[in-house]
Formats: sequence, C-alpha cells, structure tokens
Amino acid sequence: MIPTLIGVAILTFVIMRAVPGDIVALRYAGSSVPQEIIDQERHILGLDKPMWAQFVDWMVSISHFDLGQSLWTGNSVVEEVEVRMPLSIELAVLATLFAVALAIPFGVVAAVKQDSWVDYAIRIFSIGGLAMPSFWIGIMMVLITLTFWGWAPPVVFTPLFEDPIANLAGLVLPAIAVGYRYSAVSMRMTRSTVLEVLREDYVRTARAKGLRETIVVVRHALRNALLPVVTVVSLEFAFLIGGLVVTEQVFNLNGIGKLLVDAVAHRDYPLIQALVLLLASVFVLVNFVVDMIYVVLDPRIRYS
Amino acid sequence: MVETEARVVPERATSADDIAKRRYLESTGRRRFVRFWADFIKRRPLGTAGAVLIIVMLLAAAFADVVAPYDPTAINFPDLLKPPSPQHLLGADNFGRDVFSRVIFGSRTALLVGFTASLVGCTLGLVLGVVGAYLGGRTDQIIQRLMDVLLSFPLIVIAIAVVAALGTGEDKIANVIAAITVPIVPRVARVVRSSALSIVQMPYIEATRSVGAGAIRIMFRHVMPNVFAPYLIMLTAFLGQAILLEASLSFLGLGVFEPTPSWGLMLRGAGMQFLEQAPWLAIAPGVAISMAVFGFNLFGDSLRDALDPRLRTG
Repeated sequence: MIPTLIGVAILTFVIMRAVPGDIVALRYAGSSVPQEIIDQERHILGLDKPMWAQFVDWMVSISHFDLGQSLWTGNSVVEEVEVRMPLSIELAVLATLFAVALAIPFGVVAAVKQDSWVDYAIRIFSIGGLAMPSFWIGIMMVLITLTFWGWAPPVVFTPLFEDPIANLAGLVLPAIAVGYRYSAVSMRMTRSTVLEVLREDYVRTARAKGLRETIVVVRHALRNALLPVVTVVSLEFAFLIGGLVVTEQVFNLNGIGKLLVDAVAHRDYPLIQALVLLLASVFVLVNFVVDMIYVVLDPRIRYS
Repeated sequence: MVETEARVVPERATSADDIAKRRYLESTGRRRFVRFWADFIKRRPLGTAGAVLIIVMLLAAAFADVVAPYDPTAINFPDLLKPPSPQHLLGADNFGRDVFSRVIFGSRTALLVGFTASLVGCTLGLVLGVVGAYLGGRTDQIIQRLMDVLLSFPLIVIAIAVVAALGTGEDKIANVIAAITVPIVPRVARVVRSSALSIVQMPYIEATRSVGAGAIRIMFRHVMPNVFAPYLIMLTAFLGQAILLEASLSFLGLGVFEPTPSWGLMLRGAGMQFLEQAPWLAIAPGVAISMAVFGFNLFGDSLRDALDPRLRTG
C-alpha cells in the first residue's frame, strides 16, 4: 500500500503543476500588478524553484509530519482539515449506518422471495436509488419537510458534543439522501450473495433438521453471505469521506469534499496534496481493515 | 420464422460456395439477433421498460425542435415563475422560460455528454485492459498501478480535478466530457483485464501466435471480440453514471454553462433559489435525470443477465 500512496503523491504533484495557472496568477488575474511583485510573491511561496526541488522540499517536510500551510488562507493544512474532518466522518458514518440498515434486510427479503413482486419492488427501489442524484433527493427532502412541517435543516453546523440534537438535525437529511443511494449497491450485493448461499448444502441440512426458516436464513445463510457485502460497504465508506462534494453544497455543509474542490480551484498546492494523500490513505487503510475483518468473519482466511 | 427474410443473395458473390457461406452467416447472425431480443422482451420486463425509457429519451432529443413547444432559451418576463398550466406544462422559470422545453432540450446535452464520455472511456479502458492482459510484465504493472491510483478516489473527485485543470467555460463542453471520461477508464480497464486474462491463456491465442500473427493483430482481432460482452454491459452502465456526473458537475457550476439547457444547471440556479415559491423548477429536471439514469441502469442490468450470467454481481 505504500507504493500506491507514493504513486498518488507523485501523480498529484506533477498533474497539479502541469495545469496552467498557479495561485499567484489566479489571485492577480485581471489586475495590472507589475511582474516584479508577482515574481516576488512566487519566490515567497517557493513556486519559482524547479519542480524536482519543490517535490524534495515537500517530501522532506512530510517526513517531519509537517504538511505545510494553505497558500490561500495562510492557515496550516492541519488546521484546515481539523475543522472539517469531524463533520465529514460523522456524515459518512451516519450515511453508512442508514445504508446498511436499509440494504441488509431488503437484500435478504429480496433473495428469499426471489422473482416475486416483493423482489421486483425491492429491485426497482434499489435501482431507483442509483438513478436519483443524491443531491436531488436532498433537495426533495428539504422541499417535503418545508411544505408539510415548515421545517428546514439548520444552516449552521453544530459540533456533536456541543448539542447532539442540533447536530443530528443538520445531518439527518443529508445522511438519508446519501445513504439511500449507497444502500443500492450493497442491497444488490446482499441479494445475490444470499441467493448463492441459500443453494448450499449446509442450508439444506439446516432446513432438513427442522430449524425455523428465519434461523436458517439469518444464522446460516446471512452470516456467510456477508463477506462481500462488508467489502462493498467499507469501500463506499472510504469514498464517502471526500466524495460528498455535491451533497455538501446542497446542505451548505463545510466538509472535506468542499475543501478539496476549493483547493483545486485556487491551485492551493499544499492543501490539495495533503487532502489527496489523506483521502488515498483513508482508502488504503479501510482496505487494510477490511482484510482484518475478513479473518474475524471467516475463520478459514488467515494472513501469515 | 426469420428464414424467409434471411434468404437474401449477396450482391457480389463470386461462387456458389461463397453464396452458401454468406447466406449461412447472415441467417444465423440475423436470426440470433432477432431471437435474442425477442427473448429479452419476453423474459426481462424490467430491462424492456428501461429500453422503452431510453428510446423515448432518444426520440425526445432527436426531435426536440418538434416536441418542445417553446424555444428553450426564449426569455418571457410576463410568465415569470408561472406554475404548471396548459400553456407551460411544467411551469416557467425565473426568466419566464418554458421548463418543459428546457427539459426536452436538456436531454440533448445529457445524451451528448453521456454517450461520448461513456464510449470514449469504455473504449480506452477496453484497450488498456486488453493490452495489459496480453503483454503482461512491466507494461501491465505500470498500467495497473496507474489505474490503482485513479481508483482510490471517488468518480466525482477525479472529474472535478480534471475539469479544474482543463478549465470551464461556455464553449468548453469537451472539457466536461473529458472530465467524465477519465474516471470511467480505470473501472472498465480493471474488469476487461480480468476477463481478458483468461482468454489470453486459451490455446487458440497460442495457435494464432505460432502462425505468425503480431501482437496488435492478436489483441484487436482475437482477444477484443471475446471481451466485448463485458464492454457492452459497462458501456450502458456508465452511460447512466456519465449522465449523473454531468448533472452533478453542472450543478456545482463546473459543467455546462448557461444558456445551454442542462438538467443539472436547472437545479443549480433557480431550482434551489425558488424552492418554496416554485418547486416545479427543482422537481422537473430531477425527475428527468432520474428517469434517464433509471432507464440505462435497468437496461444495462438486464443486458448483463442476458449476455453473461457469470458477471452477475448484484
């Protein structure tokens, strides 16, 4: 996983610098600032050095756990991320919980009632989740709560530990909007793996010895069908942290996704690099955790 | 039942043998094609529903000038924010423009971006996947690592990065398409590579090689046709995704620009601003996006089941 991260680091570094226009050019765009001042500014920010020197500088500071400062706000990158991380993580957790709560029961029911109208209804429901943009689901939910209860989610974000109720009030709608969409993939996965497992010999054995159908399905089938579902859910969780750009926009949430988009727009190199590395690390880390969970869920798997 | 239709004598036939051969190929090809779709319609009602949605959308886009009652860009202040009525089926927006006409013309943008991005992205993925699987070794390693890097980010993040890099503007629809193409490539390449890996091992590939066929000929003539089923399936699946991405990018202000009618753009401006006064502005384009993606997903799903049962993942 270290080579992937280094690859991500080099690629982001090169691509962002290959793109025309740096932060200084963007800041003074359209104004008649003399070239000396622009050059001076570039010198202060270290953007006049050759690319390899900039890369070495960056690598050296990373090895000291120094991620540098945002070129746009001047705050340290750690600070910028720190204020937004709790929101992004909380939203990702809530959305994942909602998605799982929806996906597993529906997926199991669809599998047990295969090819019945229940199965069809659930499949349409899940394909619908993939089809509707989550930001539009969000807008529609705001519209519904607004017209029927005259309630709209608060505009300002309250940290969880300050006022849990106000905090949840702000996050529940985006979590449902995102969670519904993400439940679709895991629901389909649950359905197909349960279908597969239900045809196994040991399920027939369990039925033959007279166990109740619920116990057969939940304890014998579901437990063994969960492995691929865990993978899908976890990888989606990793993507949720930085990938909710549009939903954050709808609900006016200041999260990691929005930060990344702003950073790219401003050519804020240190911030982009740090965020990209962070997101890639989360992804790699989640992959690693999934491998560990496998060992617990399936005793046949061992890593030496 | 199709036999009579299939007995068409090829025009430039050189020998009786040739005629028989062509006739045979033509009949099996066409008959299989017809039988496949007849079977598809009969056994996969959801997929057929999806196909109908797609056809309706294609027709709407092709005949937008005829279907749409108004010019989608015609500003008409007396009709400002008018609710749905017989004059304006889906109401009018904050410039008095007819929402129904804008939704119809928006399908052109969605299909243009969706088709191009999905076709280019899937084809690049196909080539990279086959090349990696066939050549193996260091080439494969390099392609794989590059794809891994791209795969560790959500679709939308890569798309935004590409669009920010290439720049946005009124006449920069090509940049939007490019931005949607890039994240599709690694996803297709991965699937194609895994199918191609087993084909590369087949004896007939070795036979072709021993006859003296070059790498390029083998890859394009002998490997690619055999990974065409997953390619086709992903092409339909990513069409929906691409339409969704275009809507998301336009919604963020990083996609298509006014006055081009785009569903995402309609949600962005007035849709959000006048949510309480004129909810139809937010409802109509969202329903359009959902129906389009829904159609492609339903169709792609059933196509996957019909073409290749082994590919069932959910």
